[in-house]
This record gives sequence, structure tokens and C-alpha cells, in this order.
Amino acid sequence: MHPAYSVIFFTTASGAGYGLLLLFAAFGLAGAVPIDPWFGAVGFALGTALVTGGLLSSTFHLGHPERAWRAYTQWRSSWLSREGVLATATYAPLVLAAWGWIVEGSLSGPFSVFAAALAVLCLGTVYATGMIYATLRTIHAWHNRMTVPGYLCFALLTGSLWFHAIAHMFGHQTPGMALVVVLALFVTFYVKRKYWISIDSTPGPATRESATGLGDFGPVRLLDPPTMTRNFVQREMGYAVARKHAQKLRRISFVAYFLVPILLTGLTSESEAWIAIPGTLIAALSGTLGAVVERWLFFAEAKHAAMLYYGAETA
Amino acid sequence: MTSLPPPAAKKLGLVIDLDTCVGCHACAVNCKEWNTGGHSAPLPDKDPYGADPNGVWFNRIHTFEAGTGTWSRTVHFPRSCLHCETPACVTVCPTGASYKRADDGIVLVNEDACIGCKLCSWACPYGAREYDDDAGVMKKCTLCIDRIYNENLAEEDRVPACVATCPASARHFGDLGDPDSDVSRLVAERGGKELMPELEYQPVNRYLPPRPAKSAPGCTGAEARLEPVVGPGADGAGRFLRWVDRVLSR
Repeated sequence: MHPAYSVIFFTTASGAGYGLLLLFAAFGLAGAVPIDPWFGAVGFALGTALVTGGLLSSTFHLGHPERAWRAYTQWRSSWLSREGVLATATYAPLVLAAWGWIVEGSLSGPFSVFAAALAVLCLGTVYATGMIYATLRTIHAWHNRMTVPGYLCFALLTGSLWFHAIAHMFGHQTPGMALVVVLALFVTFYVKRKYWISIDSTPGPATRESATGLGDFGPVRLLDPPTMTRNFVQREMGYAVARKHAQKLRRISFVAYFLVPILLTGLTSESEAWIAIPGTLIAALSGTLGAVVERWLFFAEAKHAAMLYYGAETA
Repeated sequence: MTSLPPPAAKKLGLVIDLDTCVGCHACAVNCKEWNTGGHSAPLPDKDPYGADPNGVWFNRIHTFEAGTGTWSRTVHFPRSCLHCETPACVTVCPTGASYKRADDGIVLVNEDACIGCKLCSWACPYGAREYDDDAGVMKKCTLCIDRIYNENLAEEDRVPACVATCPASARHFGDLGDPDSDVSRLVAERGGKELMPELEYQPVNRYLPPRPAKSAPGCTGAEARLEPVVGPGADGAGRFLRWVDRVLSR
């Protein structure tokens, strides 16, 4: 599948944003961090910027961005529509919880309800994003039990890395935060490893024989494609550049999202501020970069069933 | 509404005979010609005489080799929208632009509501939807909805453009929901195939596989071995003509 930069940026940025907002809401509700206005202001501002920037960038690849409002209408059948509805609905508790934290200096009373709603909607939005891909039976690599957990894990991982880094800046770090980071790292590693093993070892559901109905004659191969030049379907679904480098890119992604963050978090989170702040910040940047590479691979490695008609051996 | 309508009794679709298709691309050309002035007009046609011609086509003809060795077959394979009974291209649409008609099952795009997100093209396993980057909307086969119900056309012309033009009569149009229709009978007789049944989109269109090859002597009904016209024993060929034949055969 062709990896559109706007979609890659959207899903990684908004994932990190929702993860960050979720952790602010959860830690704030649990009373595990002080409701410090400046701490909250930076966290909510970064989370909102990541989420909003991502949502805006997702409209860049549309043919008619001015009609994007229509995407709110089909939530009964479409996960893309549900994602839009949930993403927009998240802004209401986001604003109210941020008001409670930054202005009122409290997440108690009604503000605890807003914070809880914020946490639930953050999770729901990322879940809907994952479901857009997981429900596509045409793309074997995405129609996978690890697709939605993968989206949720990367949102939590990148969100927790940023949360940890911001907490260090304000001196509000706790061992619990580092524990969440480490847990997110290992769960993400497990999920992504399972995903990669699964897509490497299971064949797609369809074959060239079933795609043409000609299997009774024996193996089917393409003699002539319909046209000499690549058409829309081939350009959109037949992207093969990264597959050649898939193993190398998987290692790069692993180093960036797992190895660097776990080493830096382990080595620096108990250190003094002048080491811990850059350490956790670099861990967050590296984790985010790793998520971008992973998301790029998620697209580039995915094969589409329609390519069977264009000579693909598997789909 | 991108939720699917309840299953309709009428299922309009195509039956394509892979035995008689000669791969001439006339269906694709006539489709393009009709539809660039029809329901989804215009269809982009970029750099048509240049190095990288491209544009939207609803119909594309692939050529496959099926089987190996002596018994392999060269099969020309026209591919277009199959107007599935459970089309995920419709249900994934976030805006309601993609829809399946309740009356006859035709899958269409309302171009005024399409935001051009392309998700429907990802959801189609048959590669039937093509994006028009001039108009910023998705386009697809309409089963020539502007021909089949068009009372301005003579009755025999109220079939999809691809069917009307096929010089080999390899394309048939009709109601596959009616078991007694001509197309349904054809499918039953010839063992019409559903493409990629494992994905469970329940396509309406059917493909008739090539008939078994006939290469055994005598299998066509003609004499297994023809007598030479001129030669010993042939009536009417005298000594002189046999001599002429020998000389000319050198």
C-alpha cells in the first residue's frame, strides 16, 4: 500500500497526542501527579497540538477537504466516520478537563467526570483508527488481530514517553511513570513482534487462481497487464519500494522505538534534572521516530488483493 | 446511506464468457467513450499520446495463462465492478457517497458527497474503483445506469456499453437474482465462477470458464483424417495431373 505522508504523520502524531492526554487524565484522576497549572498547560497544549495537527494533516490527502464534515454522517457503518466523530467529541472533555487542571487547579467533582471521559474517548479514537485498517479484508497484513493492539500500544508508548519527559521538566516524575513507560515498551515490542511474525508466516486468503476462477486449469500467471503504464490501482495498492528493505527498516524501527527509549529511561530517569530532562526528551523523540518508521512499514509492507490481477504472487 | 439495503430480489450484473473473449479491448474502449459523457463524466484521460498515458477506466482487460504445458490456456480477462451483494467499498464510506441501490443492487458513487478519501478503493479486492484526481472524487462502473433504463434509446441498446459493443458476444447482461433469466441459465449451464469467494463480498457478476480444449482427432465432428485431394485412388485425377502435382510439390 502506498504510504501517504499525511496519513503516516496523522496516525503517529494523533496517536502520541491521545496517549499523552490519556496519561494526563489517568494520572491526574489517580492523584499520582500534582495538579500543577504549568505542568498541565504544557501537557494539554502539546497533546492538543499533536491531535489537532494530525487531524488537519489527515484532510490533506482528501480530494475535497471542504466536504470533510460529511464524514460525521455514516458512523453506523464506517470506522473512518466513527473515528471522525470520536476525535471531534474528544475536544469537549479535553477543554473541560484542561480548564479544571489549569484554571481551577483541581480534577475533583465534575472535572473528574470530564477527565474520565477524556481518557475513554482518547482510547476510543485510537481504537477506531486501528479498526479502519483491521476491518479491511482486502489487505491481509492489516486484517490481523495485532493491528488494533499495535495502534493502541504505539499511542500509549509515545504518549507515555512524552508524559515522562514533561514530568521531568517540572520535577513531577515518579517511579510509577517510568514503570508505565517500561511496561508500554515491552507490551508494544510483544505486539509488534507477533504482528511481524504473523504477516511473515501466514498466506493471504486469495490467490491468482481464486481471483480469476481459472484454478481448474492449473497455476495462473499474468501474460499481459491491461496497460503499459501504471494505473491508479497499481500506484495506490502496488507500492513495493520498502518491501525490499523491510528487514533493515524493522531493525531501525526497533532500535528507535524500543532500544534507545529503554536504555535512556533506565539510565537517566533516576538521575539529576540536567541529565534526566534531555535523556527522557531524547527517549520521547526517538520513540516517536520509531513509531513513524513502524507506521511507514505498516503501509509499505501491506499487500492488496487487487494486485493479484496485476501479477502479484501473493496478496 | 452507506449501510447496505436489505437484499433485493433483482441483482443486475454481467456474465463474462472467458471462452469466447478475444481480448480486443473493445468493451473497455466503448465503456470509456460512453462513460466520459455519461453518469460519471468526464473520465480523465491524461497524456493520451505521450509517454505516460493514464486516466480512469471502468473496464480493464488482463491476459492470463492458466495451466502449464500443452494444456495451458491463454485467457483474456475483462475486469470491472462486480456489484457485490456485500460490498465493503460501500460500508467503509464515511460520507454516504458510496451506495448500493435497493432496487437492482447497482453500486454507485454520489460524486457530490464524495470527499476523495480513497478508502473505498482500498476496500475493493477487485481493483474496480479508480480515483479521478481532476475532480477529486472516486469513480467506478455504473453498469451503464444511464443506458439500461434510458427510454430514449432503442430497446436493444438498453444494455451496458461493454455488452453492446462486444464483437464476440462474450458479455451478457441481465438479472442474476432471477434463476430463470438467460444469464442465470448460462451461469448454471457453464459453471459460472464467482471471483475470490473466500473474501465473502458475494459478487454478482460471474465468469464462465473456458470450455475444455478440443484437440483429439475427430473431436470437432469432422473426419479424423482427410483424404488427399490428389493422389493414388483419388477420383478424377489422371496420370497427367498426378505428374503436375509431383512436379509442383518438389
